[in-house]
This record gives sequence, C-alpha cells and structure tokens, in this order.
Amino acid sequence: MSKMAANLVTDSLEIKLMSRIARYFFLLCGLLVATFAQAQLSIEITGAGADRIPVAIPNFSGDSAIAQIITGTVRSDLERSGLFKLIEANETGLDENSPIAYADWKARGADAVAAGSVRRTADGRVEARFRLYDTQKETSLGGAAYVTGANQLRAAGHRIADFIYEKLTGEKGVFSTRIAYVVKSRDQFLLQIADADGQGAATALASAEPIISPVWSPDGSKLAYVSFEKKKPIIYVHSLASGQRQIVANQKGSNSAPAWSPDGGKLAVVLSKDGHSQIYTVNADGSGAPQRLMTSAGIDTEPRYAPDGSLFFTSDRGGSPQIYRLPPGGGEPQRITFEGSYNVSPRPSADGKTLAFITRRNGNFQLAVMDLASRQVQVLTDSGKDESPSFAPNDRMILIATEIGGRGVLSAVSSDGRIKQRLSVAAGDVREPAWGPFLK
Amino acid sequence: MTIKLLLPVLLSALMLGCTTTPLPEDGAGGAPVETRSGGSTVTQVRAGDLDASGLPRALTDPKSKLSQRSIFFDLDRYEIKAEYQDLVAAHARFLVDNRGFKTLIQGNTDERGSREYNLALGQKRADAVKRSLILLGVREDQVESVSLGKEKPRNTGTGEAAWAENRRADILYRTADGRGEF
Repeated sequence: MSKMAANLVTDSLEIKLMSRIARYFFLLCGLLVATFAQAQLSIEITGAGADRIPVAIPNFSGDSAIAQIITGTVRSDLERSGLFKLIEANETGLDENSPIAYADWKARGADAVAAGSVRRTADGRVEARFRLYDTQKETSLGGAAYVTGANQLRAAGHRIADFIYEKLTGEKGVFSTRIAYVVKSRDQFLLQIADADGQGAATALASAEPIISPVWSPDGSKLAYVSFEKKKPIIYVHSLASGQRQIVANQKGSNSAPAWSPDGGKLAVVLSKDGHSQIYTVNADGSGAPQRLMTSAGIDTEPRYAPDGSLFFTSDRGGSPQIYRLPPGGGEPQRITFEGSYNVSPRPSADGKTLAFITRRNGNFQLAVMDLASRQVQVLTDSGKDESPSFAPNDRMILIATEIGGRGVLSAVSSDGRIKQRLSVAAGDVREPAWGPFLK
Repeated sequence: MTIKLLLPVLLSALMLGCTTTPLPEDGAGGAPVETRSGGSTVTQVRAGDLDASGLPRALTDPKSKLSQRSIFFDLDRYEIKAEYQDLVAAHARFLVDNRGFKTLIQGNTDERGSREYNLALGQKRADAVKRSLILLGVREDQVESVSLGKEKPRNTGTGEAAWAENRRADILYRTADGRGEF
C-alpha cells in the first residue's frame, strides 16, 4: 500500500504582503527553508506576514546527518506556521550546554535561540536534547529530550517545534498532529493519513468507489467515514493501527455525515431510512438501533458537536440551506446563519467560540468564520470552491479543500485569514481534509 | 441456477395504453412473457437473452425504453418533470409485472457546494423517483433509494451542460437471484 501512497507536497505558502522590506526578508527565508526541505517538498513563498517572531535554530551538534533532519524539520515547521522568521544560523558545535552569546544573537535580530545535540542511544535509537533561550530577557525558557527510533527523526523535530511554538506563542503547537484526507487518483480513492506538514503519507483505505467525510475519534485512534464501496453510502469506523473496520450505520437508504460525540462513545449520523435525510445517533461500536435526534420536514445534515455538547447542523427547513444549533439538552434548534442563501458545513472550534463554515457569495463557495458571541461573520478566502473546513486542534488554522487550476488541493488558512499554505499531490485531486487531535 | 427467462417483449413509449399480460410469477423470479397488441414500436427479444450482467435485454438494449434509466432534474429541484413521467411509469410497469426484480435508485447532483448537503439533495431526487414508483404499484421492498451526491459525476466537466447531466437519478436493476447492476 505504501507504493500507492501519494506524497503530499507543500507547494505554496502565501502570506499577505505587508511591506517590501518584509517581502525581501521573507524571500530570503524561503530560500533558506527550501534548501532544508526534503526532496519532494517544494515550498514557494509569495508574501510575508507581520509580527513574526525572529528565531535562530543553529544545527544541533552530534551526527550531522541526523542533526540536519531534526533541525531542518524544526525550522520548516516554524517557518510554515507563518508566525516565525528564521534568522540564518550556520554555525555548528553549539549544544544545549553551550554558553549563549545573548548580545551577538540580539545583534543578529534573533529574539530566541534553540541549541541542542543528537546522539545514538545504546539500543540504536536517537536522543535529541535542546534548550531554548530568550535573548531579550537573557534567560533559558527550558528544554527537553526526545528519544525516537532512527527512522522517526522528523517526529522528534515536530516535538521540538511544538515545544518552541508553545514557549514563544503561549499556545500549543500542532506540528506533531496528523491529518486525514482523500486522494482521487485515476479511478482510485485513497484515504490517507499524513503528518500535519503533509509528509509521511500512508494509505489507510484504497477503494474503487468514493470515500467522503472522514472524522477523527477524540482519542485519534480511529476514523469514521462514509464509503460507497457497496454502491451506496455506508458509515464505517476504522481503527488505524489494526486496520480493522466496523460498519456503524448501514440502514436502508443513505448513511452519511458521521460526527463523534465529545466522549467518543456515539456518532451523530444522517440516515434516510425514514424517508429523507435526518439526524440520528448510533453507538460508536455499532451496537443497538439508531436513535432519532430531531424531526424536520426538510433536509437535516452535517451534524457537528461543540465541546459543550450542543450540535450544529445544516438544514433547509427555512427554505434554503442554513446552519442551526441544537442546545446540549435538546429542545428547539436556533438558526445561526442569516446572510446569503447557502451556508453549510458548520465546524465549531475546539474552544467553542468560533464557527467555521462554507458560505456562497456571488456563486462562489468560500470559507467563513463566525464569532459565536457577537455573531460577526468574516469571509477568509477569495476562492470559488471551498469545502469541508477542519480546525487544527489549537484553533489557529483551518484546513479546507479547494480547487486551484481545476485540481483539488488542500489549503490551510489561519483563523485571521492571513496565512495560507497549500498541500497538493502531483497526480490527483486531494479533498475531504480532517485535522486530527493533539498527540497524547 | 438459471433464470427461467421467457420472452420479454420490449416496452415502448406507447406502452401505457397497451395491454400487458404477465404470466404467473415463477419461483426463480424471471421476467414473464408479455403479449401486446402493439405494432411497429415493439422490438422482439429472444428468449433467454441475457446480457453480461444477467439482466434481460429488455432492460439494457438501447432500443428498449427501459434501457433509459436516467431522470434529470432542474437546479436545486427534486420533483420529476412532466417529460419523465412516462419513463418512470414504464419502469413501474416492469416492476409490477416482475415482482422478483429489485431496483436501486441512485440520486446525483452537480458539483457545486457541500458534499454532504449534495448527498442529502441527491437523496431527495432518488426518493422522488421511489415515491412515484410506489404510487404506480411497485412494492416498497422492491425499491431502495440512495444518494451518490456529487461523488460519481457522469460528466466530469464544469459548466451548465455538465451540471445538467449530473442532476440525475439512475435506476439500477437486480434479479431475484441477485444478478444485475447492484
């Protein structure tokens, strides 16, 4: 199956241009990152963001081949987030115990420096140790050591990047998380899992028929999705480690739009068994009969639980597809969206404060976010065919499927719309992204 | 196990006004003989003439009305247009006369918008065809309506011509012994 795994390529990082100077700096950084990137990675940088934190990551000491993979991963993770500016640092020989020349680093423009080392352990694994310094306060921000298999060096890099990200931004990093998505390549549909940067793609399911709507279980061990392999939509729960698949909804008619309950015990699903598409819950282990959640005369679909147990969904009960919210204890759903005649695919953020959704404006389908307290809506993209938004677990980025040059690609958009990063495959369409939970 | 298929005579666009005399159902659920008073519009099919999928050619021969399996819909609509009423009635007649046969109605949509919302819209189209068939006497257990949403476009192009081709419900057939298209 690994031969069929299409490798995701990060082919563009677009950041809105703030100034010519920023652009110049950013191009330099782009060249820097490109040289560290692995062979299949091609990162194109077309703009710059404001207020990026300047950080220097000199090569870790120790085995230079190992150190280069780890530090290269740290650098490209931080760069790709759009929140950091990498300060060139070609020196070698620095490790986590070296004295730090704060004044020198400050003079070179770095607000923070990470120094570290790598070594092979007695059992053949690799240990990476590092410490992070604040050059303004001239103090250590802490350090860590990660031991990984020799073939998982990039995982160590992601862990280190998460540490640096959290120390410098105050938010948890998502570099160690995984994404799921579907590749349509010739007549095959591949459900793939990759690192958040698109590397290390592995195929969980290959099918001649469509696969849609993958969603991660809260613990990150399973995916629920809709497969058409039996000529109709049926919902499966797939354990990623074992490859074991369980049908959780195969009623007469269509079975679709699975959404995990916050505790992972149930799935909200859409069934047409009683006449038209309505929302039910089923047990995540496939046991028992579906329980109907609501009754409406029209289409109810795309359920998604918010952290408080309320359920957002799309319904045409008011004459056009709009987003509604069912309170945690049940009751009367309230309509949430009012602007325009097509608002679909609601996705509440992990903190419950924001709703991402797709809105149709002048015939274009675009990603929008709503601040749920003020109900203020902001359209984040200017594309035409955005679909299937998915929040990163730290709510900082939203992954969507979109189309560029007639090809399906994934795009990660920052919640303020400023940073855009594109993931595509060489031969095929990528769609149906789902960002996985934090690594436990 | 062989289907005891006798002599299905093709149903034409004019069939609604014609008399159709089905033979008593046989256990294997084959298509019975239909004798008709029709003239030039009738195409005769040889007994036992099955296509590769195991269905009688009456359902698959391009000359037969029943080989027309698609009902097309307007944008965001799911009611069956007048021009497709005869076709739906012809399929209903076949299913009434051949109780062993089952159908799967697959609803489809054009490529615009949410995959899951389109899946629900395609379901409405399939349901509309199913309801018509049942009103015309087809048994509930002979019909299942499902949706493929926008996932299986017949025309993968973009623009109104392609979209119109994809706003569609298709009728698939299966014999009592499980041969056929689904």
